[in-house]
Amino acid sequence: MTQLVAEWRWWLPALTAAALLAACSRPGDEASLPTPQTVQVGGASGQELAAEQILRKGNGAEPESLDPHRAEGVTSSNVLRDLFESLVTEAPDGTLIPGAAESWTISEDGRVYTFKLQPRGRWSNGDPVVAEDFAFGLRRSADPATLSEYSAILYPIDNAYEVVNGSLPVDRLGVRAIDERTLEIRLHSPTPYLLGLLTHSSTYPVHRPSVVKFGDKFARPGNLVSNGAYGLQAWVVQSYIQLVRNTHYWDNDQTVINEVWYYPVENAESELRRYRANEFDMTSTVPNRQIPWLRKNLPAELHIAPYLGSYSYGFNTTQPPFKDNIPLRKALAMALDRDILVGKITGAGEIAAYSWVPPVTGYQNQQPVWATWTQEQRNAEARRLYAQAGYSAEQPLRMQLLHNTEINHRRLAVAMAAMWRDVLGVETEILNQEWQVFLQTRRTRIDTQVFRYGWIGDYNDPYTFAEILESKHGLNDMSYNNPRYDSLLLQASREADPAVRMGLLQEAERVMLDDMPMLPIYYYVSKQMVKPWVAGYESNIMDHHHSRHFRILKH
Amino acid sequence: MLRLFFRRLLESIPTLLILIAVTFFMMRMAPGGPFDSEKRLAPEVEANLRAAYHLDEPLWQQFGRYLWNLAQGDFGPSFQYRDRTVTELIASGFPVSLQLGGLAMLIAVVAGVALGSLAALRQNKATDYTTMAAAMTGISVPNFVLAPLLVLVFAVYLGWLPAGGLGEASLLEGGWKNLVLPVFTLALTQVAYIARLTRGSMIEVLRSNYIRTARAQGLSTLTILFRHALKPALIPVVSYLGPATAGLITGSVVIEQIFGLPGLGRYFVTGALNRDYTLVLGIVVFYGALIILFNFLVDLIYGWLDPRSRE
Repeated sequence: MTQLVAEWRWWLPALTAAALLAACSRPGDEASLPTPQTVQVGGASGQELAAEQILRKGNGAEPESLDPHRAEGVTSSNVLRDLFESLVTEAPDGTLIPGAAESWTISEDGRVYTFKLQPRGRWSNGDPVVAEDFAFGLRRSADPATLSEYSAILYPIDNAYEVVNGSLPVDRLGVRAIDERTLEIRLHSPTPYLLGLLTHSSTYPVHRPSVVKFGDKFARPGNLVSNGAYGLQAWVVQSYIQLVRNTHYWDNDQTVINEVWYYPVENAESELRRYRANEFDMTSTVPNRQIPWLRKNLPAELHIAPYLGSYSYGFNTTQPPFKDNIPLRKALAMALDRDILVGKITGAGEIAAYSWVPPVTGYQNQQPVWATWTQEQRNAEARRLYAQAGYSAEQPLRMQLLHNTEINHRRLAVAMAAMWRDVLGVETEILNQEWQVFLQTRRTRIDTQVFRYGWIGDYNDPYTFAEILESKHGLNDMSYNNPRYDSLLLQASREADPAVRMGLLQEAERVMLDDMPMLPIYYYVSKQMVKPWVAGYESNIMDHHHSRHFRILKH
Repeated sequence: MLRLFFRRLLESIPTLLILIAVTFFMMRMAPGGPFDSEKRLAPEVEANLRAAYHLDEPLWQQFGRYLWNLAQGDFGPSFQYRDRTVTELIASGFPVSLQLGGLAMLIAVVAGVALGSLAALRQNKATDYTTMAAAMTGISVPNFVLAPLLVLVFAVYLGWLPAGGLGEASLLEGGWKNLVLPVFTLALTQVAYIARLTRGSMIEVLRSNYIRTARAQGLSTLTILFRHALKPALIPVVSYLGPATAGLITGSVVIEQIFGLPGLGRYFVTGALNRDYTLVLGIVVFYGALIILFNFLVDLIYGWLDPRSRE
């Protein structure tokens, strides 16, 4: 997924205010407040439901679109997950479970997936959900005329690359409805993560008659017909999105929450205040600076869990001083005390990282040998490598570190520069640029030396991270180029046996870590506040939540 | 009167044109584009996107197209909010900002003029010092500090008022509660400014000969104040009110962010950061037109307050 925009809080004054507030509201100001832990939830049995089943969620930035094939941000995806049901969906813990498809078979070579649709599947207007709805949806998503900014995610599907790039007509896409209930998806190479990919909104079905009738206005309230547990009732821009139960939904009997309200709040401090004033049942994030206070005062409501994201810095490997200079890159990587960076600077429980791929299910985390050393040992080795690269106290390395403008990135960058100065004597000039400018600079692959590189995975598989470092990949701003790495990735993408494939990807990462084209710092965590009366909530690595799994307990 | 109106209307056209041109070309000079994200788009998709929004045309042609559409009242589609047009966004945001800013300005004028006059009448006495000290505090405390504090006290601790949002209820059925804190925060700074302006000019007016004459004739302080002093004393206040009102009713980014209100202000900032060319231009044009309108209104009020300016 695109780097969370919400994470980049451009709004400095608010943070200053937050700091001020935090400073003046700290000493014992909560003493007189009834904290929710003392509130009895769920009546005598602990499971009694509240009379009003309405869930109110803070949801970060205003969703840019509710057209599943044009939406791209995290906040639109959150809403779409309640509106639409994909072939495969997720349990509260993130496990893949049957959704609109009740079962599926995979051919022996791993290249043909055949889905049997749920027979009771209905659109919110009562029409049956048929296989052609999915085929039409996938074709529409891949069609360059739809203007989807996410269509590249469909590339594993046969001919998808050609269709997206306009060299083949849309009907050549490898999907077809065999009959009303049977859908076939053909792939151009075995893609073990396909089922996970099918939870992405780019693969959602759309109701063909309403798309034809309303054109690009089909995703408006009143027009939108959806096949998920909820339908779109109202959307007041910058105010709220109201979803109501889709009574035609096949699993409607198991759904408890009647209405879901999504509130756009870009400012995490505001979101938290509205949560504390009981206006929201859940937040989308938590401001880092409030975490110590929340840990102390509302620990049961604070949910911090590993998240499928990596926070790193990339080296520009095409320009001096980092070109062909592995000792120098390693020296910089080793001289950072990550325990201090995540413990004292970020402070939300981020996990110190020594590799690029975060803890993905089924993948064995790879680490360089020095990851298990003490920091003193690392520093000593770093100094040796630094000297080997030709630098010294008299001739220190002078370099530029670039990050996008955001206070938390700044704090981390300053700490990193201080560590490099203390351990190696490196002189770091810290530069920051506003997001769009930053992206452009980074993309030039010329005007950079060390630059921030964060990535949130699109699906729960190491490949979503590994592919970025492939030499020809469009996002490889490090310009990392190792033929051995490329060939391991190619082998992995042709491999049908999942265990062998994981082994190849793990080996590829070991090769990469030996070249150190980037500097891993930490793995992201998801941060959410959830009221004690919201039952059915579980943290998961994708930070995906479906409101139909929740219930509101009596409170 | 009518002639003045038409002359102003004609004068405003070149002003707006220059404003549009400067904004248009400055936006385009900023690095990065509306479709830049961390993902790289497939070339075909990018070409289609650029064609759909006419970004593939030469710049002057895009500018011409923009002007032509604008002349017909069409602000164009928003790049960022793909399902919406800029006209729709302005139409949904402006009533909120107008309500908020209008109420804040009303309160600010009434309270500011009253406090300023009081301070002027009691010049260099305790009332004067207290009022002006309070005003100075009002100016100095930034609203991004005040607003979160108010929310913390009145929404989180006391639970009397909502912490944010516009609510779903109509204004009279409880919707007003959502406006109390933002209106108060917005008004406070303005009260302070207006009070100081009023005090300054009121002191000057009270020292003038005709007021001394009125006093000599034995008129009461209140009569002097309301019948003779207030109108001339308001002239500097009114000239401040024009741009200030235009600023307030086109939305305050900070207040809208903190209170989660769907006004115009936040579009301006998010639009600029996302290179949403049409959205930023639309708001600039709208804001520019409002400033011109309010300056015209200010001139009209001048004429009423000070007969000499009618010439």
